[in-house]
Amino acid sequence: MAQLTYRAAVARGIAQEMERDERVVLLGEDVAKAGGVFKTTEGLYDRFGPTRVFDTPISEQAITGAVMGAAMNGLIPIGELMFSDFLAVCWDIVANQIAKTRYMTDGQISLPLVLRCANGGGTRFGGQHSQSLENWAMAVPGLKVLAPSTPFDMVGLMAAAIRDPDPVVVFEHKKLFATKQDVPEGEIVERLGVATVPRRGSDVTIVALAAMVPVALEAAETLAEQGVSAEVIDLRSLVPLDTATLLESVTRTGRLITVEENPRLCGWGAEISSIVAEEAMWDLDGPIVRVTTPHIPLPAAAEIEDLAIPSADQVVAAVLTTA
Amino acid sequence: MEQRCILDPEGNLISEAPVGLDETERLFDAMLTARLYDRKCSAMQRQGRLATYAPYEGQEAAQIGSAAALRPGDWMAGTYRDAAAMWMHGYPFVNLLLFRMGDERGGCPPEDVFILPPSITVGGHMIHAVGLAWASLIKGDDRVAITYFGDGATSEGDFHEAMNFAAVYETPTIFVCQNNQYAISMSREGQTRSATIAGKADAYGMPGVLVDGNDVLAMLAVTTEAVDRARSGGGPTLIEAFTYRAGPHTTTDDPLRYRPAEEVDEWSHRDPIVRVRRYLQHNGRWDHDREQTVLDGVAAAIEAAVAEAEATDPYTAIEVFEAMYAEPTPVLKAQRDALLRDQGSA
Repeated sequence: MAQLTYRAAVARGIAQEMERDERVVLLGEDVAKAGGVFKTTEGLYDRFGPTRVFDTPISEQAITGAVMGAAMNGLIPIGELMFSDFLAVCWDIVANQIAKTRYMTDGQISLPLVLRCANGGGTRFGGQHSQSLENWAMAVPGLKVLAPSTPFDMVGLMAAAIRDPDPVVVFEHKKLFATKQDVPEGEIVERLGVATVPRRGSDVTIVALAAMVPVALEAAETLAEQGVSAEVIDLRSLVPLDTATLLESVTRTGRLITVEENPRLCGWGAEISSIVAEEAMWDLDGPIVRVTTPHIPLPAAAEIEDLAIPSADQVVAAVLTTA
Repeated sequence: MEQRCILDPEGNLISEAPVGLDETERLFDAMLTARLYDRKCSAMQRQGRLATYAPYEGQEAAQIGSAAALRPGDWMAGTYRDAAAMWMHGYPFVNLLLFRMGDERGGCPPEDVFILPPSITVGGHMIHAVGLAWASLIKGDDRVAITYFGDGATSEGDFHEAMNFAAVYETPTIFVCQNNQYAISMSREGQTRSATIAGKADAYGMPGVLVDGNDVLAMLAVTTEAVDRARSGGGPTLIEAFTYRAGPHTTTDDPLRYRPAEEVDEWSHRDPIVRVRRYLQHNGRWDHDREQTVLDGVAAAIEAAVAEAEATDPYTAIEVFEAMYAEPTPVLKAQRDALLRDQGSA
């Protein structure tokens, strides 16, 4: 097995599917010759050429709108929005059009497309280039929403997103691009809507996503030293959501902590908490606790950004308050 | 469309200069200042003292010449690559530096300076400049608003809406497109099939001017015309400053991956500072010692600004929370207190 970075895993997942299905095309700003501003599409232009990989003008509405049109006409387009924050520029097309087309054609028009974007903070890009917006996408009926945390999952979930008949938004976390993992050769295809449990435990369930997964795992390690056995769930997919894994775990541990990078209000952890409160209230042994960023934009200043994003220490403290 | 040019790359006047030699010398000194500041910022980014930086080297004439056409009190809305124009119009280096250090206080100009913080978002600020100018029109003051953007921004929907709105309401807005030939890696030809960006003005019903953006005198002349027209009720103008981004998009990118070294070399012969130096030299107004004295003074001023910025008390988490609403909401106060407890216990 070879080491693969999360960054290279994006290109590998796309390449795997472009190789398999010639209908798959990629477009976005600086994705071709430059290999993407985050180098996540490196090598794809050289390998698949100018009829499959396209640099576009700075036009997020045109990227998403063209992706939608092309998907209706037989292609499987992947549109890159560079930073997830740029979703705001083309939200009409994403939320009003792409998300609603299947419904508003009574299920007759399918949009097999993927929108990819670099999400999240910790990289000093300031308030307009650091947001975690997976909860925006989650709030719109009709979109599927992925946020992988490992190179392996990135390959397999990217492939699954491309093969899915519905529009899927893939949030690639900027803070994870340089992380590495041994990933086997050959085809990898994961399933949407299946969470993983990267650490088993019996005292508390910590639910995390993307860059918060390593934070949760670090917290679990510290908690183990203090005699608390924490289970960590990596949701991977917000829509569809693996409530079975979530509820099985919480029923067993009796306690739930969610760790989100979203600003506090209406982050995805609120939905997780709500599901557990409704479905597993009588199995809980303590209050549900959400660890989030405060309800502020992410500061550009290094120290304050680090302070604002949930840390392993904060997660440990949150777990201990429920004990 | 013909490109307006007054000073050719050899430093010869090919049409009438809009200003005399004293003022030209002032513009020259300003460009020297701008270049030194730009290089200082790139160096500081490499040293880890600034966050990501977007250098403007090669575009000094486009920014200094156009900003010199404004009056104090006129509005300016530019991008992350327009520090030279901002400084020329009164935004202090120390504020610009703080902004680059991640200190949000740097996004606020002094009280008598009417400049919006650098727009990090591509294109949205063009529409803000329309709103600024529109308000001046409604209030009956005689301020104009200038907005800077790149060739790439003209592909955003914002450009269309800003241009159309400004023309329909005849707002006193001056749209300055610094066509520096690249939007990160995308070439100007890949961005739009329009022969010129200036030509797009025609579709909106406003004048469009193509100008040699590396000619500070031409920049001053065409911007002055646009400003005068706007101030006298003649509505908006689109100026395309034809120039070149000598360096990378930002300190995170390597331009040689997407553009040939020969092209960079070719443009280096059209450097905006060199031609003014030659012009001053032809007129007996330049000598090495004088330029060195100016540079020494500028370097000292920049060092002083750097020292002031670095000595500024760090921006704190408390200030982030205070800045969110006129009064922090109760929930926000609770979150602030919790965060400060964490910080205290860390």
